[in-house]
Amino acid sequence: MKHEIRFSGFGGQGIILAAVILGRAAAIHDGKYAVQTQVYGPEARGGASMSAVIIDDDPILYPEVTAPDIYVIMSQEGFLKYGRTAPESAVMLVDSELVQDRPACRYHEIPSTYEAKSTLKKVIVANIVMLGALVATTGVVSEAAIEKAVLDSVPKGTEDLNLRALKLGFDLGRRSMKDETA
Amino acid sequence: MNFQDWLRADRLPHIYCTGCGNGTVINCTLNAVNQMGWTPEETVFVSGIGCSSRAPGYIITDSLHTTHGRAIPFATGVKLARPDLHVVVFTGDGDLAAIGGNHFIHGCRRNIDLTVICMNNYIYGMTGGQGSPCTPLGAYSTTTPYGCDEAPFDLASLAVAAGANYVSRWTSYHVQELTRAVKAGLETPGFSLIEAVVQCPTGYGRRNKLREAQDMIAWMRDHAVLLKKWRRMDEEGVPHDPATFPVGEFVRRNLPAMGVPK
Amino acid sequence: MQGNTACAEGALAAGCRFYGGYPITPSTEIAEHMARKMPKIGGVFAQMEDELASIASVIGASWTGARAMTATSGPGFSLMMENIGYAVMTETPCVIVDVQRGGPSTGQPTRAAQGDMMQCRFGSHGDMSIIAVSPASVQEMYELTAKAFNLADRYRVPTFVMADEIIGHMRERIAVPDSVEVVPRRPLEKGTLPFAPGEDNVPGFPAFGHGYGVHVTGLTHDDRGYPSSTDPRVHERLVRRLVGKVEGANREIADYEVTNPDAEVVFISYGAPSRSVAQAIRDLDDERVGHLRLKVVWPFPDFALAAFKNARVFLVPELNLGQMVREAARHTAVPVVPISEIGGELHTPRRLITMAEGYL
Repeated sequence: MKHEIRFSGFGGQGIILAAVILGRAAAIHDGKYAVQTQVYGPEARGGASMSAVIIDDDPILYPEVTAPDIYVIMSQEGFLKYGRTAPESAVMLVDSELVQDRPACRYHEIPSTYEAKSTLKKVIVANIVMLGALVATTGVVSEAAIEKAVLDSVPKGTEDLNLRALKLGFDLGRRSMKDETA
Repeated sequence: MNFQDWLRADRLPHIYCTGCGNGTVINCTLNAVNQMGWTPEETVFVSGIGCSSRAPGYIITDSLHTTHGRAIPFATGVKLARPDLHVVVFTGDGDLAAIGGNHFIHGCRRNIDLTVICMNNYIYGMTGGQGSPCTPLGAYSTTTPYGCDEAPFDLASLAVAAGANYVSRWTSYHVQELTRAVKAGLETPGFSLIEAVVQCPTGYGRRNKLREAQDMIAWMRDHAVLLKKWRRMDEEGVPHDPATFPVGEFVRRNLPAMGVPK
Repeated sequence: MQGNTACAEGALAAGCRFYGGYPITPSTEIAEHMARKMPKIGGVFAQMEDELASIASVIGASWTGARAMTATSGPGFSLMMENIGYAVMTETPCVIVDVQRGGPSTGQPTRAAQGDMMQCRFGSHGDMSIIAVSPASVQEMYELTAKAFNLADRYRVPTFVMADEIIGHMRERIAVPDSVEVVPRRPLEKGTLPFAPGEDNVPGFPAFGHGYGVHVTGLTHDDRGYPSSTDPRVHERLVRRLVGKVEGANREIADYEVTNPDAEVVFISYGAPSRSVAQAIRDLDDERVGHLRLKVVWPFPDFALAAFKNARVFLVPELNLGQMVREAARHTAVPVVPISEIGGELHTPRRLITMAEGYL
């Protein structure tokens, strides 16, 4: 099974780190193949940043994302630049507070930035909340794998905060699945 | 060892013109190196391009004759990789102050443990006497045929401002002082600049009414003002004759340095 | 692991203990990784004032016997050219990584290109030959960088790792070997002239600080290393040897992969576009379409073209307007067609499949 996941948001949200952690979960902890790429540039310091991960059971030859089936969009500008053209077959997670538009495809509204701020008092972990929601809604990697990858990737001393952010994301993801079916 | 034992006998005779001051500076340097008790095995000479930079080729140690202006970064690589080696750089005013100017100030800033000896002959000698960043105002060269209209660099002051631990300026007339200055530079950890003003009768003197070597040496003797006197004149508000320049020890200090053997 | 990190790790595994560099996108992660690692293993990380100084410091360090490298991208690579020629002339082993970006000039600092392939071969003035490898994966950033040190030491020639922004910045899982093969420089036998041809035209190395008393100059020099810059015979003998020691070892240096040797339509690729070709070949699943993937790009393995006996056309996808395609065309009577992509994106496999199908 092959997945192409595209992340977009604004500089400073940890869009690239989120993709790196997801790729690490797939490649190191789930035993699959993964390639992570990004658009570098002034975007890293503001504007719309974009990163991507391909996850596959087979070795990945062509490393660039051509037709993402999963989108994670954390800013309105990111939606306009990278999310608006998502095909109907895709699924999208949007930060419900920061993205005003909604796509034509199936989507989950995740208040990751709001929850990071209000529940965890640290807006910086909004990307980790989003990763939790992504895994809960799509199962693109296992929960155990993403948990290990988060612990591998975050600075020492912040493990507990990031794990709480991830679990909060799992909950938000599950809740949005329930809303969808209901 | 005698200082002459450091010369690579099978490379002589050298390429320097009759009356050139570079030989004096090489002798003073080898004398100082010899007084340090160093062996040729643990000493490396590095140079860029120009008359001054041919000097390492006449010395028996390991030596790098590199590209124009780049002697200091080459020497930095040698020194950082083998801090136990003594690394001495020969350079000239064009090599050090024009094409190599950026490396010069950064070498001083890093205070890398090198001894840099600049033979300042006021022009590009190897290529036939073009103006350099050290050509005095009004002086003639092949590229300043109506007299130089750019202000020259004061290399010694530049090195002091940029952070070198040891800086002095002498001339090829001041053989004893120059030898002592080179030795002080070799002894001082960190970056040392010894600026040696030298006569170039071929490229500079004959265009500036100093045709014979002894004319230029006499000119250096008569226009070099001891730094103590120079500074006293400054304090007393006595103006300097624009043709004169200060000689002596500009700085000797112990700022943090790089590449000093532990 | 990121490609640039893998490059630095490969260098360290190969025994690199001196890094001299200047930050430039998209190569900077290599310098940052070296800055973290070198002090911990007794190596040297030197952030120099510009790229001229970077390559100069690397050459200086190499003369003490250290394995030394620098990494840069287009504008910095251009600045290094003069001293690269000095390294060729003085036979100084060193590794230069160029994570290629779009040019000319400042161009596209954050997008991939392969526009420096001819510059690495011919960029410095005068006649010369160098060695260059081109990685197509994060794994190869590690392996080929490590290998570059062996090639540089074996042939005493600057050796280039011609990467690109895609491979440098992407992350893939890699298998880090327990150790990499390290073939150290052969020291100069005492009593031998320092620049005498020696075996295979490669002289032994007289490292500084060992009593060799060697004079190293970028001027044309004789076997003693002494300047001899006006005698035509001395110059011809020296430069022919410097070129010959690399070109004469082409088969020994060559490293490439062949897919479908009986193919009629054959892709030639190196670096990131190799990934597009591999995908196209997998999707096509047709033995009439083959692939020659170069891991060593310079010296160009001309004999590898002849191995495709049924080839009717060679297709050369590159992230430039046609560079290595000219080299390939020089060595075969079969038509050689460029497939250019500039702007920073890889050729899509779809485009390559369409091209190949057009010739079947």
